[in-house]
Amino acid sequence: MSLQPQSSPTTGDEIISNYTINFGPQHPAAHGVLRMVMELDGEIIERIDPHIGLLHRGTEKLIEHKTYLQALPYFDRLDYCSPLAMEHSYVLAIEKLLNIAVPDRAQYLRVLFAELTRICNHMLNMGSHVMDVGAMTPNLWLFEIREDCLNFFERAAGARMHMAWFRPGGVHQDVPLKLLTDIADWLDTRLPRLFDDAMSLVVDNRIFKQRNVDIALVSKEDAVRWGFSGPMIRAAGVAWDLRKSQPYDAYAKMDFEIPVGTRSDCYDRFMVRVEEVRQSARIMKQCLRDMPGGPVASDDRKVVPPSRGEMKSSMESLIHHFKLYTEGFHVPAGEVYVATESPKGEFGVYLVSDGSNKPYRCKIRPTAFSHLQAMDFMCKGHMLPDATAILGAIDVVFGECDR
Amino acid sequence: MTSIHPAPKFASNEGVTAALTAALGACLISASENHGEVILTVARGSIAEALTTLRDTCEYQQLMEIAGADYPDRGTNDGVGRFEVVYMLLSLTKNHRIMVKVNAAENTPVPTVTHLWPVAGWLEREVYDMFGVVFDGNTDLRRILTDYGFEGHPFRKDFPLTGYQELRYSEEDKRVVYEPVQLAQDLRQFDFMSPWEGAQYVLPGDEKAQGEAPGAPTPATASPPAAPPVAPNVTTPKHTESPAQTGAGEPANTVAAKPSKPTGGAGA
Repeated sequence: MSLQPQSSPTTGDEIISNYTINFGPQHPAAHGVLRMVMELDGEIIERIDPHIGLLHRGTEKLIEHKTYLQALPYFDRLDYCSPLAMEHSYVLAIEKLLNIAVPDRAQYLRVLFAELTRICNHMLNMGSHVMDVGAMTPNLWLFEIREDCLNFFERAAGARMHMAWFRPGGVHQDVPLKLLTDIADWLDTRLPRLFDDAMSLVVDNRIFKQRNVDIALVSKEDAVRWGFSGPMIRAAGVAWDLRKSQPYDAYAKMDFEIPVGTRSDCYDRFMVRVEEVRQSARIMKQCLRDMPGGPVASDDRKVVPPSRGEMKSSMESLIHHFKLYTEGFHVPAGEVYVATESPKGEFGVYLVSDGSNKPYRCKIRPTAFSHLQAMDFMCKGHMLPDATAILGAIDVVFGECDR
Repeated sequence: MTSIHPAPKFASNEGVTAALTAALGACLISASENHGEVILTVARGSIAEALTTLRDTCEYQQLMEIAGADYPDRGTNDGVGRFEVVYMLLSLTKNHRIMVKVNAAENTPVPTVTHLWPVAGWLEREVYDMFGVVFDGNTDLRRILTDYGFEGHPFRKDFPLTGYQELRYSEEDKRVVYEPVQLAQDLRQFDFMSPWEGAQYVLPGDEKAQGEAPGAPTPATASPPAAPPVAPNVTTPKHTESPAQTGAGEPANTVAAKPSKPTGGAGA
C-alpha cells in the first residue's frame, strides 16, 4: 500500500489529503488478480480504476487455432467456478450453427448438471462474500456442499473441475443410475440441512447486514444501462432470467421462480443467490423425476463420435471416430450469438464459422466485464471496506473476466 | 429450414427485419437473417444514430457485447476496412436479440456509443486493444486486457499465436525480464482440408500432374494449369530395350578413348 499525501490545496491550517492506494493485484478479497487503483478521501472512495487483464491468456485466439471439439476444454478454464455453465453456451452455439437435434436425456442431463454447477458456484461466491465481510464459519460449511458437488462431477465426467462433459450434440458419457439416486438423496437431506444451517448464521446476522444493506444501490435504469445480468440485474428488481425468457435445452419444461430484489443493494444480491440455490435444487428434482431414458448424444455420426465398442466392431464407425478426433467436424458458415444464464449472469458466445473445422472467431462475453466496469460508480462515496463487500456481491472470477 | 437445435429461443424474428429496416432508414446498408440471427449492417458514420434509434424507439434497451472480428482479405479499397465491429443488442421488453455491424479500418474511427450505454466504455477499449479499431469520442481508450506497455493488436489474424515477446523471472537480475519469443519447436499448424475436396494449395508433387487429361489425381484449382510440357524433338522415342539403344558399345568406346583436354588444375 502506498500512501501519497498530496500538498494541501488550502492555505488554512486544515490539511486535506487524498490517498491513492493499490487494491491488489494480490489481495485475498479481490477474488483473483484484480488491481484497483483507488483514490480515497480519508476512508471515502472517490474514484476507482480497475485494472484487469492480469490473467489474460488469449483464449479466443487459441480457440481460433483449434478444432471445435479441441476448443471445448478452454471453456472450463474461463470461469473455473462454474465450468459446465461455460461449456453450455459454447455447445449450444455450435448446435445452433449445425442445427442439430439433441436427445431428451442429454438435455435433461445438461440442465441437471448446469443447476448443480450453479449451486457449486454460489457456494463458493456466498462463502467468500461472507468471509470478505468478516465471518468464517459459513464459508467452511458451504465448502462442504461444494465438495459434494465436485464429487458428483467427478462421478459423472471423471474430473472434479474441468469436466469437458457437455459436447456438441449431447453429453460425453451417460451417468450411472446410482449417481442420480445419490444426487436425489443429497438434494433431500444433506443440501438443505447444510445450506439452511449456514444461512441461519448469515441472513439475519447483524454484522452481515450492517456491512451489506444499502451498500452500492443501483437503480433499475442504471442496471440496464451498465449491461448488468444475472443476480445483479435481478437484485435491481428486473425479473430477467434467460432460463425463463429464452429457454434452452429442457428449461422450458421446468417449473421454477425467479427471485428478485427490492432494494438493489449488496444484501439483495446475496439473498437472490440464496434463493437461486433453492430454485436450482427444485429444478434438479424435476430433472431427476422426469429424466427420460435413451441416448445421451445425437446419432449424427458426422458430429458425434461413435461409442468405443462400436468403433471396435464397425469399419464405418472406425472411420468416423478417426475423422472426428483428427479433423473434427465442419460447421456451416455463419455467425451466431448464443447467451445462457450462467450462475454469474449472461454468458455469451459469438461464434463465426467460415465452414471449416475451426472457429473463425469466437468472442466470449464474460459476465464480470460489465459488472466490474460499474465498480467505480457503485463504490463512489462508500467506505474503503465496502469495496470488498461490493466486489463479493458482484461474484467475479478472473479466468472469465480476462479470458 | 426449421430449427431443431436446443439453443436459447427468443421471440420470433418474423417481421423484425422489415420493421427495423423502416426504422433505421438511410443508416442501414443491409439486413440479413441467417441461423435465426437478425444482422443489420450500418454505415460507420451513423452507428451512434442507428443505435440511438434502436434503443429509444425499437426497445433494444441493453448493449450486451461489442465484438471485433478481423477479415484481412476484405481490407481493400473504397473505404472498406478489414475489421468488423459487432454490437449485440438485447430487448428486455420484446425478448429479442439483434446484431448490428459496422465495417472499420485502422484509420477510420468508429463513433463511440459510450453516451448511450456507459457499459460501452470497456467494450470499446477491448476492441481497440485487440484489433486496433479506434473509437472516436471514447475519452478513456486505454489498453485493457494486454500487459502494460504491450505493442501490437493480438487478435488480428496476422498476429502470431505465440506473440513476439515472452517474459520470465531472471534470477540474476532479480526481476521479470522480457525477451523475444524463442520456440524450442516450431508451432505446428495442421491443415485438415482434403486434397480431394478442393484444398486451396498445391501439394508437393502436384506439379507433375499438370496438363494431363481429366481425371488427374487432384483438381488443383489453386493456380491456373501451366502450359502442357513440350514434346521432345526426336523422331523415335528413346528407349533401352536392346544394348544398342542404351548408347553403350563401340561408338561410346571410341568417344571414351579420346584423350580429354587437359584441365587447368583444380578449380579452373
